[in-house]
Amino acid sequence: MTAPTVSRRRLLGLAAGGAALGVAGVGTAAVVVSQEASASSQAEAAIAFEGAHQAGIVTPQQDRLHFVAFDVTTTDPAELWALLKEWTAAARRLTSGLPVGSGGAVDGLPDAPPDDTGESIGLPPAGLTLTIGFGASLFDDRFGLAAQKPAALADLPHFIGDNLDLAISGGDLCLQACAYDEQVALHAVRQLARIGAGVVNPRWAQLGYLRSTGVGDSAATPRNLIGFKDGTNNLELTPPSTEAHLWAQPEDGAGWMVGGSYLVSRRIRMTIEVWDRTSLKEQEAIIGRHKGSGAPLGSGEERADLDFDAVDSAGQPVIPTAAHVRLAHPSNNGDARLQRRGYNFADGIDRVGRMDAGLFFLAYQRDPRKQFVPVQTQLSRLDILNEYIKHGSSGLFACPPGVSASGYWGETLFG
Amino acid sequence: MPSFVHVGSVRRSLLAVVVCGVAAGCSSSGGGGVNYSGAITVSSTADACTLSATSGPAGPTTFAVKNDGSEATEFYVYAADGQRIIAEVENIGPAITRELTVVLEPGTYETACKPGMVGDGIRAPFTATGTSTAPSGNAAALAAAADEYKAWVATEAAALLAGTNAFVTAVKDGDQAKAKALYAATRVHWERIEPVAESFGDLDPRLDARENDVEPGDDWTGWHRIEKALWLDESVDGMNPIADQMLADTEELIAKIATVELTADQVTNGAKELLDEVANGKVTGEEERYSHTDLWDFQANIDGAKKAYDVVTPVVAAKDPALKATLDATFADLQESLDLYRVGEGFVLYTELTDAQVKELAAKVEALSEPLSRLTVTVVT
Repeated sequence: MTAPTVSRRRLLGLAAGGAALGVAGVGTAAVVVSQEASASSQAEAAIAFEGAHQAGIVTPQQDRLHFVAFDVTTTDPAELWALLKEWTAAARRLTSGLPVGSGGAVDGLPDAPPDDTGESIGLPPAGLTLTIGFGASLFDDRFGLAAQKPAALADLPHFIGDNLDLAISGGDLCLQACAYDEQVALHAVRQLARIGAGVVNPRWAQLGYLRSTGVGDSAATPRNLIGFKDGTNNLELTPPSTEAHLWAQPEDGAGWMVGGSYLVSRRIRMTIEVWDRTSLKEQEAIIGRHKGSGAPLGSGEERADLDFDAVDSAGQPVIPTAAHVRLAHPSNNGDARLQRRGYNFADGIDRVGRMDAGLFFLAYQRDPRKQFVPVQTQLSRLDILNEYIKHGSSGLFACPPGVSASGYWGETLFG
Repeated sequence: MPSFVHVGSVRRSLLAVVVCGVAAGCSSSGGGGVNYSGAITVSSTADACTLSATSGPAGPTTFAVKNDGSEATEFYVYAADGQRIIAEVENIGPAITRELTVVLEPGTYETACKPGMVGDGIRAPFTATGTSTAPSGNAAALAAAADEYKAWVATEAAALLAGTNAFVTAVKDGDQAKAKALYAATRVHWERIEPVAESFGDLDPRLDARENDVEPGDDWTGWHRIEKALWLDESVDGMNPIADQMLADTEELIAKIATVELTADQVTNGAKELLDEVANGKVTGEEERYSHTDLWDFQANIDGAKKAYDVVTPVVAAKDPALKATLDATFADLQESLDLYRVGEGFVLYTELTDAQVKELAAKVEALSEPLSRLTVTVVT
């Protein structure tokens, strides 16, 4: 990438001031910043909270995730709007590496509980991003928002094999906290949950991780827990790709979502003990890639184009007809593409003594009805990988556009 | 109804189970060299087990077992030790004749009728004479193993059809008690041969889908639909079309099984897959969510895996005695744990198990599954 060097914050200032800069320029700049930074400075630096789009969507993926879905418990819309303003103010501070509240963690009145809980004292911003989303249930009759519910926020259908636990699915709101440090992410979620007491109540949460920055080659595609590289063929994060596949556009309806994106979350448990007993040959046939290099079967290069027409000497497809990469590929799904931003999870041991681990799949997109739904419908029918995974939690959230310098989360919806 | 393909069937297609009509060199007489003519007749009564011959040429051998008694009977072929089951046919009703085909290597065997389906049975020696008709060496042993497994699958398929017939009749008669009694006992025959039974397009989802395996807009049919009717709804109203479809689908399945070609690696991979089935669905209580008869299925999956292991045991013994010792021990250990939960002809309900008991069973499944996953590579390379 040869974009000019420019600090993101400066660029954002320009964008906010003149509104002349294209929406996608911001995302491009964020990538440039990350590529310039060394691993250690990248892992410590702040990522701008404000912008045309929310941070945490095209932001290069941080190592740690703390994701929480909330139920709104108040029935007073004014309380909810007020909370979103208060959350926004706190998010500005947290993403800058500052404690919440005027007294912070230790500079308030000794007789009062501290404004900030303190576990991030001495820690840098650590690339913290906070991204908010609104679930379909927020648009019921409680807050007068029904008329503004985007058509794209239609409930996901039941996919073959879904075994969803409703207690860890859905939610009125979601917060995605990503950072290069787990404690920084937890700290942010904890402050926001505390501020939200009485207005919102945590419904479910999921922690996740990727390989740590600075450990091994940071440019290498991370691996999931079935041992394969995951994310090789991700969405191209420059226009026109982002406009076509990621950001809601004016012609999509629901004007308040323009510049926003729809997030699908799926907690995908992997029955890794069973997978581990499968031969290498079968594992690679199921995925359609070589396990070591990540290259498509029949190729030596990870980023080689997938040749779905190639056949071997016996006339059989080199990439099997039911291979995961074939079924999920845009060329077999009407060019449906997703900005995948998932994290591995390992939540201890289940009731029968097996590792409760897998992929917390997160994917941003312009319209789930045209992207996630058709792709997952095909996968649920045909993907052999389904023998080794179980979808146990599902969420769909409308993530509004970004926040201006004087704005707040959701202002296009509530303002 | 829009058709859909179940993950199970897709997986099996990866294994390239070959069906006649698709593969070259596959005869219409059933392939695999199994000869169904010239059967040895067996008459089973309350106190006698009479065979038309007590010896025969080595190779595919068919026993036509007629129940001339008044109680249901079974017929077994054991190895010379009288312990290892080579093949069996169960639940033959009075006046019914069922065929059992088994590939016998030269040597001595024991046959047994079990009137009333209990006890050691009425036993007699049986000799397979001459030399093996199969070519020599590992390939021959593996071909014979696949043939033996295939004959066993045919036997189980026949039992599945007979049981399904009775089950469907009970459902259509509105006899819920009888249908419930037949449910798990019949599904055993499905679960034993699941990797083969799952290999035919959408027959598996039609017969064995659970409610969450079905897309909105598609019809939910098969065993688990009626399971829900029997145990949750406690009414079989409206189940007649489902029952009719089940029987038709099972008949189609049995016809397809008769034409299936199996290789030894498919047999041994099938053993692994059966343990995967246990790990994914049975030990977690997800398979039989209304009847809670998961332990029947559990045992049946283990039966199928054990059979697949048994047919290749001589090859394993020659190539990797340590693996054989491990598998013998872990199969026995798992069976011992499972036997703790036997009640009569069946098992306690899954819901009666404590978490600790489930965890112990799961651990033993893992202990068996790990070495069993090396069976194919040991046998075929």
